[in-house]
Amino acid sequence: MSLRLKIWGCRGSLPAPGNDTVAFGGNTSCVEVLLGRDDEALVLDAGTGIRALGLDLVRRGTRRIHLFLTHLHLDHLEGLRFFAPIWDEDVVIDIWGPRSPVSGLRDRILRSFSPPLFPLDFRDVPARVTFHDLPAKPWRHEGVTLASELVLHPGPTLGFRLEAGGSTVAYVPDHEPALTGIEGRSIDWVSGGAIAAGADVLMHDAQYLEDEYDAKVGWGHSSVADAVSFCCAVDAKRLVLFHHEPERSDRALELLEIRARELMPADRTPPVLAREGMELEVGP
Amino acid sequence: MDPQRQKHLVLILARQFASNLSTPTLIADERGSLVYYNEAAEAVIGRRFAETGEMPIDEFTAEFDPRTLESEPLAPERRPIRVALDGHRASHLAYLVTSTDGVEREVEVSAFPLFAQTEEFVGIVAMFWRV
Repeated sequence: MSLRLKIWGCRGSLPAPGNDTVAFGGNTSCVEVLLGRDDEALVLDAGTGIRALGLDLVRRGTRRIHLFLTHLHLDHLEGLRFFAPIWDEDVVIDIWGPRSPVSGLRDRILRSFSPPLFPLDFRDVPARVTFHDLPAKPWRHEGVTLASELVLHPGPTLGFRLEAGGSTVAYVPDHEPALTGIEGRSIDWVSGGAIAAGADVLMHDAQYLEDEYDAKVGWGHSSVADAVSFCCAVDAKRLVLFHHEPERSDRALELLEIRARELMPADRTPPVLAREGMELEVGP
Repeated sequence: MDPQRQKHLVLILARQFASNLSTPTLIADERGSLVYYNEAAEAVIGRRFAETGEMPIDEFTAEFDPRTLESEPLAPERRPIRVALDGHRASHLAYLVTSTDGVEREVEVSAFPLFAQTEEFVGIVAMFWRV
């Protein structure tokens, strides 16, 4: 069994629509794990990319949705309110995500589902929604295992590790491991180390160029150099550069990819940019 | 995924915090294993952490022959680190130790537990001062 994923949004921080971003897309984080069936869906994050996914799920007749949120910053959550299946009473949705040290996922999400941030209240949502706090024991379903671990980013934030049939994908879209160190430390002391260790594909934050990062240390994101260092440190096989800076045009992103390839050791697979609509198949 | 391969994020952050402090600080995980002490602590202990490595915290503290200010043996359950580990509460005490250089020193130790999600106990931090 292979793991297949489709990227519905890979922009970071803020949607960036426009002529300059049509190639890589302007929607914020949303990735679908393709289960090979129409009645169920497994989704990672609810950035604005989930709006188009929702319409597609309606078209497919999907009635059961498992949604895993890495964290609740708006670029990973704001699409949820415009996710068509949530407005369908025949749909069952399980939402998994990080609790805070003082409140559960449900209470945290409901804040964004109420005035003044949104005209409706969560009580108006017709779909049958259940909230589940993470981290918890790995979730297993239809041959897919999803494990979560807290990673370094402001506020409670998770990285996900998906495994199926011997294939592994690590999804760590918002992550600043350099803040506590990458090189020269054992992997158990590197944030996200266990989530990404030996992954076939690592989808990782690479929001900044090196010179941009200097002014944004502590903001929770990685430079392209740190993304490459992290990939090498955890011995992930293939790096997919994710969480694109909203200011960066398609051409500027291509230059970032060139930079990533310069930084990656020659004996490793060259990194690639995540792109809206991209499908990844990870075989054993 | 092997959870044993990964330190809890709170411990990673605690280590980063400690590594920037001039106050001698050590960290143990929830199982009572010493996982880190900082450069300031190395100066007092007389040995780099890289030489010590991870080890049971009781074994580590026993090396320093902890004693009361009256030079009586200090029972493990009275040591602040043990109180923080077993009782999950903060503790502070002044007592005597003998450093690796053989010199007896009076130290004050403050230890406190670290709780992460939903009161999940993930370890302790101990800071100490030479009196």
